Amino acid sequence: MSARDEILARVRGAVADVTTPPGSGPRTPVVDVPSPGVAETLELFAENVADYRATVLRAAPADVGAIITDTLRTHGCRSVVVPTGLDREWLREVESALEVRPETEVATAADLSSVDAVVTASAVGIATTGTIVLDHRADQGRRALTLVPDTHICVIRADQVVHDVPEAVGRLRPDADGPRPLTWISGPSATSDIELERVEGVHGPRTLVVVVVTATEHGSPAEHHEAGPA
Amino acid sequence: MTPPIPAEGDPAAYGSADPTAAPTVAGPVQRTSATFIGMPKFPEAARVALANTQQRRNLHHATHTIRAKRAAVVDELPQWEALRVAGAEAKDEALTHLGDYLEQLEANLTARGAVVHWARDAQEANAIVLEIVRAKEVDEVVKVKSMATQEIELNEALEAAGINAWETDLAELIVQLGHDRPSHILVPAIHRNRSEIREIFSHEMGKVGRPAPSDLTDEPARLAEAARLHLREKFLRARVAVSGANFAVADTGTLVVVESEGNGRMCLTLPETLISVVGIEKVLPTWDDLGAMLQLLPRSSTGERMNPYTTMWSGVHEGDGPQDVHVVLLDNGRSHVLADRLGRQALRCIRCSACLNVCPVYERTGGHAYGSVYPGPIGAVLNPQLRGTTSDVDKSLPYASSLCGACFDACPVRINIPELLVELRGKVVEEGGHTAESVAMKAAAWVLSDPKRLAGAQKAATTAGRVIGKRTIRSVPGLGAWTNARDLPTPPTETFRQWWVREHGDEGGPR
Repeated sequence: MSARDEILARVRGAVADVTTPPGSGPRTPVVDVPSPGVAETLELFAENVADYRATVLRAAPADVGAIITDTLRTHGCRSVVVPTGLDREWLREVESALEVRPETEVATAADLSSVDAVVTASAVGIATTGTIVLDHRADQGRRALTLVPDTHICVIRADQVVHDVPEAVGRLRPDADGPRPLTWISGPSATSDIELERVEGVHGPRTLVVVVVTATEHGSPAEHHEAGPA
Repeated sequence: MTPPIPAEGDPAAYGSADPTAAPTVAGPVQRTSATFIGMPKFPEAARVALANTQQRRNLHHATHTIRAKRAAVVDELPQWEALRVAGAEAKDEALTHLGDYLEQLEANLTARGAVVHWARDAQEANAIVLEIVRAKEVDEVVKVKSMATQEIELNEALEAAGINAWETDLAELIVQLGHDRPSHILVPAIHRNRSEIREIFSHEMGKVGRPAPSDLTDEPARLAEAARLHLREKFLRARVAVSGANFAVADTGTLVVVESEGNGRMCLTLPETLISVVGIEKVLPTWDDLGAMLQLLPRSSTGERMNPYTTMWSGVHEGDGPQDVHVVLLDNGRSHVLADRLGRQALRCIRCSACLNVCPVYERTGGHAYGSVYPGPIGAVLNPQLRGTTSDVDKSLPYASSLCGACFDACPVRINIPELLVELRGKVVEEGGHTAESVAMKAAAWVLSDPKRLAGAQKAATTAGRVIGKRTIRSVPGLGAWTNARDLPTPPTETFRQWWVREHGDEGGPR
């Protein structure tokens, strides 16, 4: 008998006492903590992201480019890699200030290791945990992009921030195109392995800056997002 | 608002409550791995650990720190109890229909380009991994911290075949470079303090790669920086990585790895080939089950609202990450545990280690005395179930507890560890494991089952009491193990029955 058939036979024999079909057992629904309001959710998100020692900045849609440029300068970054689908509006100012390298030109991990920073969009934010989730679509790039460079600037629209974890899991549920790779990020890389003392920055980016884009009456950030190449 | 919580000990929570249900058939037990063969029983190993005052100090500090962090973030969630119930139910649903969910998981993984392998035991799992690594013609792999690969001693198997397995989690690196064994599920180097770690890094890093900086101090930030530099060259050149998985979602074919440092992301993203060794009990029925699990695990484990990094992948993702993806589904005694209607709840374990951090026994002895990669309260129930109760250490583990119940309260998936410990003690006694105790219990049963014998025994006891008087009994011949830490109460000079007869004569009182 193959290992597969034998293990399946073993686990079926082991639960021979169970006569109910799959999916018929008791399942307690997992209930979201309800959002007290959009402003409060955004405030909690910013508070929790900052609590894990990431920097949180707020921006109107028109100011995103300037904030990205300022942040890169503040952190002494000379080169930055960007995903192919990133909003071009965000990059106009950066391109005149420092070396911007498209994702496709930075092919290997060693190449990425020589770049100082990465700028991406994001998929979902979670207020109760201070988490950002990347689903690595064209405006976020492949997974290695946000892993190897030491500074990650992550732009998130206010309407992408949900209040609690179950809602985020729901939004990220795979669609007809199948599951996407996901990276959940809560603060910069950290360890508590030495005497339980928290140290920020082991292998992933040691600096994480989250830019929250709040819509104004002059234009919805969603329009900017969709304007970028898909 | 809060959904009802099932009564504690409700058998419906673990499987069928139907008394006419078919008998279960247990798979084979796990063979004790080479490292732990001949381990002394827990009290002997614990005595050695207790004499190590440095280790006791490190453990006290670490367990109390993490305990307080966990309590604070659990208190933030008013719905915590409902989440625990949901987590337990998700695991029970998967475990009681494991065959169906494993087949679904396999089908979804295969459809997305992963190669699924099945391993009956440790030896088979190691052989599968070795064959994949050999086909890639490499002499090293990078590893994400994984309990399953520790359990099967994969590193030892790879090294015997001339392949270096580099642990990349900071604590695992400390353990590996120190030629040591992990002593905690989450923070395996919890028994080491900063100056010990500095010594290990300074002496050992240079032997296997980039040496530690010559001016290395014992500041945790400097030590972490040394690890970052040492490991980066390994991450950038590695072609094969080995991981475990915290969860395997059946209905999407998604594997989940939860971590803090980014070493996991490095291993799961950069190499060409990724091999994940996953215990068959890691299956979750549906994607939505992550909604509870991703709250329960980080808050219980590191005491954070969310761990810094979680990676999810479903087979091969074109142009992103490893393009050669293997998943090894491992039994190794799990189908044996599953057959026990009460004991199967131990397979819900999500390896958070909350039970270790609240355990008064673990806090004092540390992890090594448990004789397994699974220490603490969960190890005390899981090891004797996975490996059977034949060895000295496995026979003694159900007794490595004061039954205070803190572990059950802390468990995010409501494993009733004290209940299982009592059950396993009964099993050990039935098998004749603790002979002195079972002889004493049999003698007591013989005496108590007959009023004449009881009266005779009481007479003997009160006679002894009058002889001993007010002296304290410090030890009793033949009961050395019991009395070496306890004084025995002096027997009374008169029993209640004797008092009644003296005061009231035979005037129809109690007989």
